[in-house]
Amino acid sequence: MAAAFETPAIGEYPVIPLVREGTMAHSKPFVAKPEHQAPLGFPGELVPDWEKVAVKRLGELVSESRALQVYLDSCVKCGACTDKCHYYLGTADPKNMPVARQDLLRSVYRRYYTFAGKHFPKLVGARDMTKGVLDEWYGYFHQCSQCRRCSVFCPYGIDTAEVSMAARDIMDSVGVGQKYSNEIIGKVHKIGNNLGLPEPALRDTLEGLEEDVKEATGVDVRFPLDEKGAEVLLITPSADFFAEPHIDGLIGYAKVFHAAGISWTLSSHASEAANFSLFIGNHDNLQKVAARIREAALELGARRLVVGECGHAWRVAYSFWNTLIGPFDFLDARYPAPQHICEVTWDLIQRGALTLDKSANDDKVVTFHDSCNVSRGSRMGGVPGGQFTIPRGIIRACVNKFVDMAPETIGETTFCCGGGGGLLTDDLVELRVKGALPRMQALQQVVDEYGVNYLAAICAICKSQFTKVLPYYKHPMDMIGSVHGLVSNAIVLTPKP
Amino acid sequence: MSALTVFYALLFYAAAGILVAGVLARCWRYARTPQPLKIPIPPAPTTRRGVALRMIAEVTLFRSLFHSNKWIWLFGWVFHAALLVVLLRHLRYFTEPVWLWVDLIQPLGLYAAFALLAGLAGLWARRFLVDRVRYISSASDHLMLALLVAIAASGLAMKYVAHTDIVALKAFFLGLMAFDWQPLPADAPLLIHLTLVALLMIVFPVSKLMHAPGVFFSPSLNQVDDARERRHLAGWSARLTQPGATRGH
Repeated sequence: MAAAFETPAIGEYPVIPLVREGTMAHSKPFVAKPEHQAPLGFPGELVPDWEKVAVKRLGELVSESRALQVYLDSCVKCGACTDKCHYYLGTADPKNMPVARQDLLRSVYRRYYTFAGKHFPKLVGARDMTKGVLDEWYGYFHQCSQCRRCSVFCPYGIDTAEVSMAARDIMDSVGVGQKYSNEIIGKVHKIGNNLGLPEPALRDTLEGLEEDVKEATGVDVRFPLDEKGAEVLLITPSADFFAEPHIDGLIGYAKVFHAAGISWTLSSHASEAANFSLFIGNHDNLQKVAARIREAALELGARRLVVGECGHAWRVAYSFWNTLIGPFDFLDARYPAPQHICEVTWDLIQRGALTLDKSANDDKVVTFHDSCNVSRGSRMGGVPGGQFTIPRGIIRACVNKFVDMAPETIGETTFCCGGGGGLLTDDLVELRVKGALPRMQALQQVVDEYGVNYLAAICAICKSQFTKVLPYYKHPMDMIGSVHGLVSNAIVLTPKP
Repeated sequence: MSALTVFYALLFYAAAGILVAGVLARCWRYARTPQPLKIPIPPAPTTRRGVALRMIAEVTLFRSLFHSNKWIWLFGWVFHAALLVVLLRHLRYFTEPVWLWVDLIQPLGLYAAFALLAGLAGLWARRFLVDRVRYISSASDHLMLALLVAIAASGLAMKYVAHTDIVALKAFFLGLMAFDWQPLPADAPLLIHLTLVALLMIVFPVSKLMHAPGVFFSPSLNQVDDARERRHLAGWSARLTQPGATRGH
């Protein structure tokens, strides 16, 4: 278990902490066991000659990625990123400054692949690949949520997420994987979702939801599974089936489809939007997990692909699906492929196809947490910034009282919830609580000034993370909710005659 | 022909060769390395034209850096802008007759030299005064600043301490370019200045100075945000075996 720790205090103003070396040197997630590694095609334990294998894999990754090539060469150590990472701001550990985190890998790259590092290692801070370096990688590359906030501020666009994904892929390739992510990816390969929820259990859950909604509204809102010929195949994080407050979001999507008369279905084969392969930087697994979605869409004859509220899943869907599992020439070309559930709902609201009663949310003063992967890894709608305006447009259509948090903490410079990138595990709870500090600071301000009591989000990881960390900062855990939970409350359904 | 002239002539041929070949080789590698996935960072333009404008704003105004940290932006921008003016002013030693616009910016050159030093001083001070930047600075970061300061200082020394025979110097460089070597004046500040400049040219391709060409190849800045509209395939993503997939660009 993690050692006891203190929750950071929220001051009157955000403070950039002074460097305190080694404060998070002890933070390490559980290591994957051989049975977690095998289904992903990784060795079960540290391989013989692992130093050489790691250095070779590093070389391969760099030769396959212009991003890595440019990022590893171009940093001038200007310091612009040093105060931008929520984990640095929350822990003061200098190795959580983005440039220092990159340097953990850059130092090894320099030693083996650059003239300066081969001949003048001391001068440029180049290091041999040693067990000490590997241990440091394991600790600190699992203190990066790959949120890309630093890269917005970097004059060269250096993306620490790319570096941390590469480092995790190298570690997997020598047999040192992270239990949390790899176990979950294995479940998707085997069963089709992160929870390991088989088809009968999923069907049972959805039937239960139909009964709950009928009881609450008197309306027969359907939650179809594996229905061939449905127009929309909804791909949503499996947390939406079970976890609070995620499930309110799922109910919201179902009500939207119902109200708009759009036929839709979930798939038991592709019952997961999340793709944790992104976090471990492994493109074979990334493609393999995504492939289930194409298979399901073809099998069910769906004409639209819609993605539920999940941050990194939307990044993978928006930015990578066309590449990984496209082309989507079998889908209806009148709609973007894939489409975010918020885009669907927003279009319907603008067309006047939904009846919304804002007063149903009058007990709430709402603010919106921009999730990192939606904000900085994707887009919604037809113009840049749609990923910020569309969810807010939906919220404003559903509630009377909405305020934004401080501008430098939202939009493209939003702070991560502290649990993204494969870190949403109890063995990293200290990191998660401390990493949430900048977001909690901004939240506290709108709580104090405007009486905000509802933090809306469109990401399954954000929702789970806030449920866990809000109490550490003296807020109720149910303060976090789904955007489509608000839609679910506000939407007025009329029973079919 | 003195040994000194021969040495510096050869030094500058070598330095120019290493600079050009080294930078071109590195750019060639950047250009040839595929970028398999779309990873633009917001605010990402949705058109190529938008990307061009974004890149211009980044390399002329240091837009991201401005949003990030006003002090680094101020020192960094002043240094780079001053360096540009100083370099353009130096064209007068390589052209005959001197182009009109080079003559016109001549009076700016001197101010630029001081601005350049001021910018470098600010950047260097941060490496000592800001604990986070002190932590990330390695020996090479300090040496690079020392090299640039020494180049600027030795240049100014020729103006304020010991004038050099600038006409002869120009004849030397014009001679180098025409492969018709002319004697180089043997003045200490000049020789120091030239040695350090040659050193800078030589280390450029193997140092962090490669950020200058590198920024243009950065996928987070130069990609168009059109992943849904255009299927992006490159490197391993072009080799994916997906049933029904179309291959190549």
